[in-house]
Amino acid sequence: MVSVFSSAASAAPPIRIGGLFAVTGPASFLGEPERKTLEMMVRDINARGGINGSRIDLFIYDTQGDATKAVQLATKLIRNDKVVAIIGPSTTGETMAVLNVAEKERVPLVSCAAGIKITQPVRKWIFKTPANDHVAAEKIFSYMSKRKQRKIALLTVSDSYGASGREQLKELAARKGFTLVADEVYSPKDTDMTPQLTKIRGAKPDGIICWGTNPGPAVVTRNVKQLAISIPLYQSHGVASKKYIELSGAAAAEGVILPAGKLAVYDILPKSDRQLKTLREYDQAYRKAFGVEASTFGGYAYDGLLLIVNAIKKSGAAPVSIRNGIEQTRNMVGVSGVFNMSPADHNGLDLSAFEMVRITKGDWVLIR
Amino acid sequence: MAHQILQYMLSGLSTGAIYSLIGIGFAIIYNSTGIINFAQGEFVMLGGMLTYVFLALFDFPLPAAMGLAVVLTTAVGVVFERLAIRPLRNATPLSLVIITIGGSILIRGIAMLQFGKDTHAIPAFSSNEPLTLAGATVLPQHLWILGITLCIIAVNRFFFFHTINGKAMRACSHNRRAASLVGIGVKRMVLISFAISSAMGSVAGIITAPLTMTSYDVGIMLGLKGFCAAIIGGMSSGIGTVFGGLLLGVLESLGAGLISSGYKDAIAFIILLLILFIRPQGLFRKAETERV
Repeated sequence: MVSVFSSAASAAPPIRIGGLFAVTGPASFLGEPERKTLEMMVRDINARGGINGSRIDLFIYDTQGDATKAVQLATKLIRNDKVVAIIGPSTTGETMAVLNVAEKERVPLVSCAAGIKITQPVRKWIFKTPANDHVAAEKIFSYMSKRKQRKIALLTVSDSYGASGREQLKELAARKGFTLVADEVYSPKDTDMTPQLTKIRGAKPDGIICWGTNPGPAVVTRNVKQLAISIPLYQSHGVASKKYIELSGAAAAEGVILPAGKLAVYDILPKSDRQLKTLREYDQAYRKAFGVEASTFGGYAYDGLLLIVNAIKKSGAAPVSIRNGIEQTRNMVGVSGVFNMSPADHNGLDLSAFEMVRITKGDWVLIR
Repeated sequence: MAHQILQYMLSGLSTGAIYSLIGIGFAIIYNSTGIINFAQGEFVMLGGMLTYVFLALFDFPLPAAMGLAVVLTTAVGVVFERLAIRPLRNATPLSLVIITIGGSILIRGIAMLQFGKDTHAIPAFSSNEPLTLAGATVLPQHLWILGITLCIIAVNRFFFFHTINGKAMRACSHNRRAASLVGIGVKRMVLISFAISSAMGSVAGIITAPLTMTSYDVGIMLGLKGFCAAIIGGMSSGIGTVFGGLLLGVLESLGAGLISSGYKDAIAFIILLLILFIRPQGLFRKAETERV
């Protein structure tokens, strides 16, 4: 009896947390920074003595971006590894496949994918940290309507990111009274978008909105310059990294406007910004550990772990108390934004998660 | 509308030139060995990636980086033939084709581990300012692509029709056994064919990289498109495949512009299937009859 008490006092049982990321495969640009971020943070938390004296045991599996694998691995995390919460998967498709497992097994899941379907309708055990795509789309539309640009052309990538963006953009455009004059797509591996852009130019839009992740949007940016198109070009938050400017070339990227997650632009944020400290600390720690700049995608995993850790500190380490703790999160300053969860909102981010920026001389400039 | 069509044509021709160059690589190896080398796309990738590596990591000037990339890729092609193709000379063409697929996965995997998964850009050979041409625009790099492709095809033609090695390789492609009976070293010709097509592949990769950028996995799609070009051209290592590539590029671009950009890749593969069904000997070649 005595020995049980003493061991409980000196070493509380570890808290088991699972991660499901597309570390390899086509979505590895998401999964790799997510895995690295999580490993870095857990190492740091354990070095400081864990949460309320319990260390974190982290179980990370590579889904390769495959929904079937994601489901198998989620089941494995819950049944074999007995995790109390899961962070991930990286993509919307995988998350939609894993939802039912987490719901059935009653384990909270904090997805790192942006698709709006994940948290609408709200499911009891499912949360997500990236802002909805339509938040970024709304930013672009409100910018355009201030400048009386009413006719839009879409150029979206034919993967899940682009398809989800295209859906949101079309729906929102119709609701806000924009006219869609061209709706073109390209495949993720396409290397020349001049045919699409030539067609778009013929439709005479007031602005072109491109929705994709690198390298496609960089090719689009180069092609716009090549065709000497003077119509304003808008990109999505998916390219908000210096890599995009590097790939496009500073000259071609000049004047491109996009909604950026704050991490990409923290060094030009006003000092009063609440996230500034978190963003700087995360970026610097990531650079120190891995030698490259932190990405918005890694930030999704950062926020996921932060939500879980805060919930454990507040209400305990059982799955149900973690779930309730996450739902009660208020004013939590994360990388993707300031989270305010509620029973009706399992994402908790609003329009302030993004800043509109213009690329000028190879760098970001805030548009106020 | 007229200058829109012109723009589609120009875009199509410049992409098509690349398909031709890759397609000829397929054809050369097919003609000397009877196998389709599905690692051809990886030679294209190596050309672009190695140029980037020499430029960015070793700070070489652009011409030196390009030269080294071609030499190294050619070496990879030769080693590939020595290690994977030659020891299995008596295997069926089918198993050799499967080996080339395995080889392509291996090369791609090594490139991913060595160079990472990022996409990289290399600078254009000359200025980046677009040139206007009757309402359509092209980049100086497009002219480089067309020019270099034409040069290579001309050199290629000269080699196959006016040098002793080239003639020997053509002899091998017509009848291997007869060629070896008149004293042609068939094995050496196979090695040369791998060297030539890997060098051509790497050049294709280098001249496109400033426009399309490069990463460890660009070889898959480019390889398939080059394969389509070679099929349209009836696996000829000359003009047939050049037209095949240009036709493919122009149809893709017109299809994306006039019909729907969602079907761009589908168009290429529908053409491939149609050719295989209707004219398996290629668009420009008379049907061969097998004489026994």
